Amino acid sequence: MPGSLTLSDDDRATLAGERGDGARFAMRILVRTAEAMGARTLLDVSSAHVDGCLYHGRAGLDFARRLIDGGAEVSVPTTLNVSSLDLLHPGLVRLKPETETEARELMDAYLTMGCRPTWTCAPYQLPERPTLGEHVAWAESNAIVFANSVLGARTGRYGDFIDICCAVTGRAPASGLHLDGERRARTVFRIGAVPGRLLEDEAAFSAIGHLVGRAARNAVPAIVGLPPSATEDQLKALGAAAASSGAVAMFHAVGVTPEAPTLEVATGGHEPAIDVSIDLPAMRAARDELSTVQVGTSVGSVSIGTPHCSTIELRRLAALVEGRRLAIPCYANTGRDVLAEIPDVAEALRAAGVTIVTDTCTYITPIIERAATPVVTNSGKWAWYAPGNLGFDVAFATLEECIGSAEAGYLVRDQETWGDG
Amino acid sequence: MADATRVLVTGTASGPVVVLDEPLSFWGGFDPTTGRLVDTHHPQVGAALGGSVLVMPAGRGSSSSSYVLAEAARAGTAPVAVVLGEPDPIVALGAIVAEELYGIGLPVVVVPTPGLVTGRHVTVRADPDGTVELAAD
Repeated sequence: MPGSLTLSDDDRATLAGERGDGARFAMRILVRTAEAMGARTLLDVSSAHVDGCLYHGRAGLDFARRLIDGGAEVSVPTTLNVSSLDLLHPGLVRLKPETETEARELMDAYLTMGCRPTWTCAPYQLPERPTLGEHVAWAESNAIVFANSVLGARTGRYGDFIDICCAVTGRAPASGLHLDGERRARTVFRIGAVPGRLLEDEAAFSAIGHLVGRAARNAVPAIVGLPPSATEDQLKALGAAAASSGAVAMFHAVGVTPEAPTLEVATGGHEPAIDVSIDLPAMRAARDELSTVQVGTSVGSVSIGTPHCSTIELRRLAALVEGRRLAIPCYANTGRDVLAEIPDVAEALRAAGVTIVTDTCTYITPIIERAATPVVTNSGKWAWYAPGNLGFDVAFATLEECIGSAEAGYLVRDQETWGDG
Repeated sequence: MADATRVLVTGTASGPVVVLDEPLSFWGGFDPTTGRLVDTHHPQVGAALGGSVLVMPAGRGSSSSSYVLAEAARAGTAPVAVVLGEPDPIVALGAIVAEELYGIGLPVVVVPTPGLVTGRHVTVRADPDGTVELAAD
């Protein structure tokens, strides 16, 4: 409540306008939000990841202009999330001209404030990323959950507006996942007998994340039974799905993620509110819940890379499509910095007929034509949001099933992998 | 803290109650051009939320929800008040920005068991001292 938040001398100076009107406005929004969160103080952050550059209407532009008009600039290294446009591949996004103009103005506004033009939802794939125990202010639900869970950095569940306020002031509310006690698991999920072959695919991790998010909602879950070899890409898929079906901002994968050497450490010894098993039938149910069409249905395109593909994922995709004839459009979303690392792979993908999308993503902006639906994806997040965002039918599948479907022109399932039948 | 009644954003507003049985992500789940719930996974997809006193157990999903809520307030399609079962900073932030940018008051309160029924007309009063009043009109 108002009154319980204690500000430093520097904070008060910023709030009084001593660093300019833009910084004053940013601190005012930050203080009000910190009060709503019940924070007692603010703390320093070492970086920020800003989501407000994706256009959802005039309010975002009004907000950014208010900061710029007051001379606001970021005070810590700040990366930018996906936008509404693909600046590297003009013509790919089909926005109305006036919307495109405002979307571009919004992007430029954030560059004016000193943010880096990274345009990716996976800032953790960039070379400089936060490390264990480091406080940051990240927005974008999948980036938040990855930073907290996989990197062991500390960020609250920040959203549009507060992200840039933290970047400008270099401060964030000392509450939530910034604090030790809030990072302990309150729910436990145990992976039962699931074929090892299925657990090699990111789609399995998406399905697990989907189930965890559904049941855990906004509590921190501990997941027991994931392979110690789980990759960052797999944990990315899990976190992104859990942050879509629920408000999960951190998970522990026991024996995998840095703050969960054991279940006892992950829970802090507390009795969990929920302790449930995830078995193969539950994972098939998640797969089917994330699909609006059945096996054998004619499909119109494939979309990979939500969150953005890593270099490893793009290499795997390139190996899978090599020498195969894709009957339908296939889109791969990735970050421009990741793409620049592997020009040979990018070339191979394009030669095989894959359309590479950067700076944005196929589920938030008009790229895929309605005629090219239903869409097959290996992303739980894409499958969760696309029916509402785009009004498209969708099928959730493993990467191999996605490419098999692209070749066949209809949805194929590997019944052995999923244990169907 | 999660069980206590709290004021997240102060203000007073009246409207018909819409009780959501499941959490809603404004981004991806709500269309700020129409004021309708568009999340196809939500049991109440299609519900008209514009002008309502929106009651829901929690926030969910995307960190863009604050932007969508502020945009809806600007466009006149937002709920007039939000009653949450547990605190949600992303919903609160959207309401704070609506007030700071456009002077639109959109009270957000946490009331674990508000006892409100869809269709009833109520006034939400959220005071700076932390008092929350939900009064039938």
